[in-house]
Amino acid sequence: MTETPPIVEFRRVSKSFGDSRAVDRVSFSVRRGEFFSLLGPSGCGKTTTLRLLAGFETPDPDGGEVRIDGEVVNVRRPYERRIGMVFQSYALFPHLSVERNIAFGLEEHRVPRTEIPGRVERALGLVRLAPATFARRRPHQLSGGQRQRVALARALVLDPAILLLDEPLGALDLQLRKEMQLELKTLNRELGMTFVYVTHDQEEALAMSDRIAVMSAARVAQVGTPADIYENPRTEFVAGFIGEANLFDGQAGKRGSGEATPWTVTAADGARFGVPDHPGIQEGAGVRIAVRPEWLDLFEPGAVPAGENALPGTVRDIVYLGETMHVVVTMSDGRLVRVALRNEGQLLNPLRWRRGDTVVVAWRPEDCQVLDPE
Amino acid sequence: MSSSPRRRLLAYFARRPAAGSWALLTPGLLWLAAFFAVPLVVLLAYSVMHRGTYWGVAPGFTLEHYRRFLDPLYLAIAWRTLWIALATTGLCLVLSYPVAYVIARAGRWRNILLFLVILPFWTSFLIRTYAIIVLLRGGGVVNSTLMGLGLTSAPLELLYTPGAVLAGLVYGYLPFMVLPIYASLERLDLDLVDAAEVLGARAFARFRRVILPLSLPGVAAGSLLVFIPSLGAFLTPDLLGGAKTMMLGNLVQNQFGPARNWPFGAAVSFALMGVVMVGLLAWLRVRDAEAAA
Repeated sequence: MTETPPIVEFRRVSKSFGDSRAVDRVSFSVRRGEFFSLLGPSGCGKTTTLRLLAGFETPDPDGGEVRIDGEVVNVRRPYERRIGMVFQSYALFPHLSVERNIAFGLEEHRVPRTEIPGRVERALGLVRLAPATFARRRPHQLSGGQRQRVALARALVLDPAILLLDEPLGALDLQLRKEMQLELKTLNRELGMTFVYVTHDQEEALAMSDRIAVMSAARVAQVGTPADIYENPRTEFVAGFIGEANLFDGQAGKRGSGEATPWTVTAADGARFGVPDHPGIQEGAGVRIAVRPEWLDLFEPGAVPAGENALPGTVRDIVYLGETMHVVVTMSDGRLVRVALRNEGQLLNPLRWRRGDTVVVAWRPEDCQVLDPE
Repeated sequence: MSSSPRRRLLAYFARRPAAGSWALLTPGLLWLAAFFAVPLVVLLAYSVMHRGTYWGVAPGFTLEHYRRFLDPLYLAIAWRTLWIALATTGLCLVLSYPVAYVIARAGRWRNILLFLVILPFWTSFLIRTYAIIVLLRGGGVVNSTLMGLGLTSAPLELLYTPGAVLAGLVYGYLPFMVLPIYASLERLDLDLVDAAEVLGARAFARFRRVILPLSLPGVAAGSLLVFIPSLGAFLTPDLLGGAKTMMLGNLVQNQFGPARNWPFGAAVSFALMGVVMVGLLAWLRVRDAEAAA
């Protein structure tokens, strides 16, 4: 039995513009029907990666392979790839009405004239725009959200195998963005279409994606499910870019035996904490771990449960965030640590900590992520 | 605290924003009134008055000068003027569009290329027209090259032909076509072209269905900027066309100059202006109809 190849595969793909490498030996694959996100800060190469997949850019000579359905498509034109694309700017043709925008691709694909109106209407239905109201409008007569829907309908009407979306929700306000996130997710599931989604918004990527490729400085830093990426970030960059992370550094001591957390790490100021086993740790070498704010807890000195790592500090600030309260603690070495505590209602059940309190920041040794050196 | 005149002036304009607009418009309006509106009215009056004995005009009202313009002799000049102006516009368009397209996509070379486009303006148009004479005359560069290559045995008659006038006009007005088309292409959102390509449009379809329609405002502006001065051109046909290729501009100049028939010259001017206005209005109607569709 032959396994079906991934619908998209990047094999060590590189792309340079002049002297600068926009995409550097990027590899990942996308499964059929998956909602796959390319996530990273601006300038990390995610848009160039998408454009390589779309066919607007060609990999460097000896710059690896872009495959669609197992076939190398490096030099195929965009219209030879069965893709659809939604642009950040929407890229609706301003001189054409909504229906003519949507019909554009059908006309270019020589779909019989008689079929076109029906297919345009169905596409408008998919994005929940009433044809009677919107078909004859020009793009400038639409709101941002409506333009977004038309752009989506224009791509979907051709029934592409892969839909590429380049920060499509970036220009919408928060409310509308949340609504469109849900709708895109629903379309992805109901149409069974593969979505490749570019965004710099980590929350959006976590909320929508089946899997995420986190990009940084032209390379893929990590590929995984949202839970992988958030709970097992491999590098400091990933830990810091997706969610918040407190970093602790130190030097590994001798490996203990038989425990879940065999390593004891000593920080520069003499503080010690236990760390779980990790192939990257060697005796005497530096270790850096990331601990999410919600993995930390606060105690009064001397009240820390046995077996937990404990580092002393002073409360510097308390930040009200709605669902959670962030307590910012100044550690003995001067660095700041954020501790997230559940907000149980500040009016009825306020936090017991005040600015200036002497506290101990504590976490269970297994609740941390050992980071690879970058 | 005493309020200075400057302060009182500023306070006055702060209370009346419209007065500020008028203050900004007035110098320009006065200029146009003195040197455009008044002469135009005078010219209109001349065109329906009698011819003066030696020069100028004599009192009285007549439409004879407009009737005279309908003489086949003058209609032939009008017809030649029209087709030369149209051909100039068409040639400029065909030559300029690719140039403008390349400049709009030229990245860091863009400013240098734009500079080169307007460079000829740094020399007098008259001198540049004489340079064309040097190129085209009997023993000129073009003829000696053709003969040197053995392509022709005797000098071709290039100068003092409609072709020479056309060449001169196209050369002179090319930048007026390039710049507006460049401006509209430069504004064009390249995502639109990419979007068309994903939707299946090959290179020619992308041009025909997206790039060209969206650059039409530039094409229209450029065409007007070339067509209107071409209609009224007189220096170029005078120097490159000679007596055989007279255009309406030369006719007007002739009537105010050697022929000393001011009323007829004025009538020809107004006839020309009428044609331009009708053309312009028709074009605006078409454009608005398209925008509404």
